[in-house]
Amino acid sequence: MPVTPLNQLGREAIAKKGWFTAHKFLLARRAVQLAILGLFMLGPIAGFAILKGNLSSSLFLETIPMTDPLLFLQMLAGGFFGIASSAIIGAALVFGFYLLIGGRVFCSWVCPVNIVSDTAHWLRRRLGIKGKTKISPNTRYWMLGLVLVLAFVTGTMTYELVNPVSMLHRGLIFGFGFGWAVILGVFLFDLFIAEHGWCGHLCPMGAFYNLVGKTALVRVHAPRRDLCDDCMECYEVCPEKQVLPAALKGAKDNKPPIILSSDCTNCGRCVDICGVNVFEFGLRFDAKMEACSKLDTGDYVKNQA
Amino acid sequence: MPSSTGHKKLNRRKFLADTAKTACGVGLFGLALGMYGKAASSLPATAIRPPGALAEDKFLAACTRCGLCVRDCPYQILKLAEFGNDNAATGTPFFTARTGPCEMCEDIPCVPACPTGALNHSLIDINKARMGLAVVIDQETCIAFQGLRCEICYNVCPLRKEALKLEYRPNKRSGHHALFIPVVSSDACTGCGLCEKACIMEEAAVKVLPVHLAKGELGKHYRLGWNQKGKQGKSLVTPDTEHRFNLPEGVEYDYYGKGLIDKRQTPLTQPGPQVEKTPFSSNPLDTLNKGFKEVK
Ligand code: SF4
Ligand code: SF4
Ligand code: SF4
Ligand code: SF4
Repeated sequence: MPVTPLNQLGREAIAKKGWFTAHKFLLARRAVQLAILGLFMLGPIAGFAILKGNLSSSLFLETIPMTDPLLFLQMLAGGFFGIASSAIIGAALVFGFYLLIGGRVFCSWVCPVNIVSDTAHWLRRRLGIKGKTKISPNTRYWMLGLVLVLAFVTGTMTYELVNPVSMLHRGLIFGFGFGWAVILGVFLFDLFIAEHGWCGHLCPMGAFYNLVGKTALVRVHAPRRDLCDDCMECYEVCPEKQVLPAALKGAKDNKPPIILSSDCTNCGRCVDICGVNVFEFGLRFDAKMEACSKLDTGDYVKNQA
Repeated sequence: MPSSTGHKKLNRRKFLADTAKTACGVGLFGLALGMYGKAASSLPATAIRPPGALAEDKFLAACTRCGLCVRDCPYQILKLAEFGNDNAATGTPFFTARTGPCEMCEDIPCVPACPTGALNHSLIDINKARMGLAVVIDQETCIAFQGLRCEICYNVCPLRKEALKLEYRPNKRSGHHALFIPVVSSDACTGCGLCEKACIMEEAAVKVLPVHLAKGELGKHYRLGWNQKGKQGKSLVTPDTEHRFNLPEGVEYDYYGKGLIDKRQTPLTQPGPQVEKTPFSSNPLDTLNKGFKEVK
């Protein structure tokens, strides 16, 4: 079967599985993202906060503390060592959570900027915008390094002054100021300048969670990869498409049918969009063949060259 | 694809060039961000940090900008700085004394709410907080200095008589009244800003400033002679000579409040018997402080 034209994207899955099933993970993600935001915003109105604070640090049901581990690292880099216990416990809890379910689950299920960048990508496809600046996806690791170096050099959380993630989340809950301009910047950058520009190449938080998710338990599998008819729809919707070939086309190289790269955000779009149900969620150890995570990222880049 | 050595070299060269490009780009971004950060982390004088906040540079390393302190303030005076609107570092909590001063809650709920300790958890007595320092900053327009009765700031101060005192000075204009001058003492002022909020003027004459702006500092080498007196056993400076009034024998003038003291058998100024009967003390402060529990 030939590559699906862009205006036909998702038609097959909808026809075979029904609209709802063909969007179930997308809907679930939006529901989770908005619910988290909503619970934070509800507190001051309802008088009792299920979630209090914002993504940087929060309190769940007035008891369980959570703190973003990257902020925790910035505190240490900035030379603040007298950190109170709730931030220590909170950072450990968040870290442990993403260690298990996949670091970049933060990106696709929690981060509010994801809605912005997904919208930009959707619009880019709709409008047929082609502009593609080549940025290495590894730039994000440089950015991550920069965030920590800046904290070390300036002794403060300098990146937090402009971090679009906290800016958007905090802005919606506590008031924006001109913070929306930064978000608009991310949106326009993704729309006109680089495809998946921010989340896929630059965001240091993404990079951090990427590293956290190196050994995550929950992974996407491609158990029915022999059914793949090369429609390329999953490549079109996947925000980190370099992770796909190893699992999908790795049979000839004896690679297991599992996406081991921690670039994968566990968003489940590939599961949704595939008309022949190649993909499903599973655990890391479910892969029958031996895991070889070293091999799986570079291929796509090579194929493209 | 046959991998010739030439191809490898080319790949390597491309890799190095790409890496250099990325590094330069990120480096430039970092430089710009660092410079912006330097400009953006200077706290404006009107933004006062919540009680227990660490020194500003430490605070900026410790505060995650989560707003848990904001949420737990029952008076809702705290706000997270908005990008471009408030000049405090983006996302950090502050309050504005003139519009919403800290009410100095006895249990200080904002402090334990802070998960990181950016608000120091060892602060348990709100009177020990040092959010800023009130300064009677415009002595030209403050109506107290004009000889008018106001004392609003004095009356609203939670630590009145310690943090804010009234000092009388002779009113030179009328020649026979006192000025009730508000005077802040940095030993006790918490910087809550209730006085600034209450000031009746169009623009407050008493303002809470960050302590480093409000206070001067004596050169480290400087010693005040009279403070050294105890250590040295005697005064290092010649004491001021007492000013002498040309008064009749037996009459003295006390500079520090008592005024004219007549020790003669038949005093020149004789208080009439009706003065003794008045329920008001001759000190107007006693009237003001009536019913106000002595703060110690
Ligand atoms: S591989 Fe699938 S789950 Fe992973 S990022 Fe791509 S679309 Fe999402
Ligand atoms: S002491 Fe009370 S009024 Fe003052 S900032 Fe804290 S919670 Fe708010
Ligand atoms: S609770 Fe602490 S970390 Fe959170 S905004 Fe307030 S001072 Fe900052
Ligand atoms: S309230 Fe204002 S005008 Fe009145 S005494 Fe205080 S500072 Fe002066």
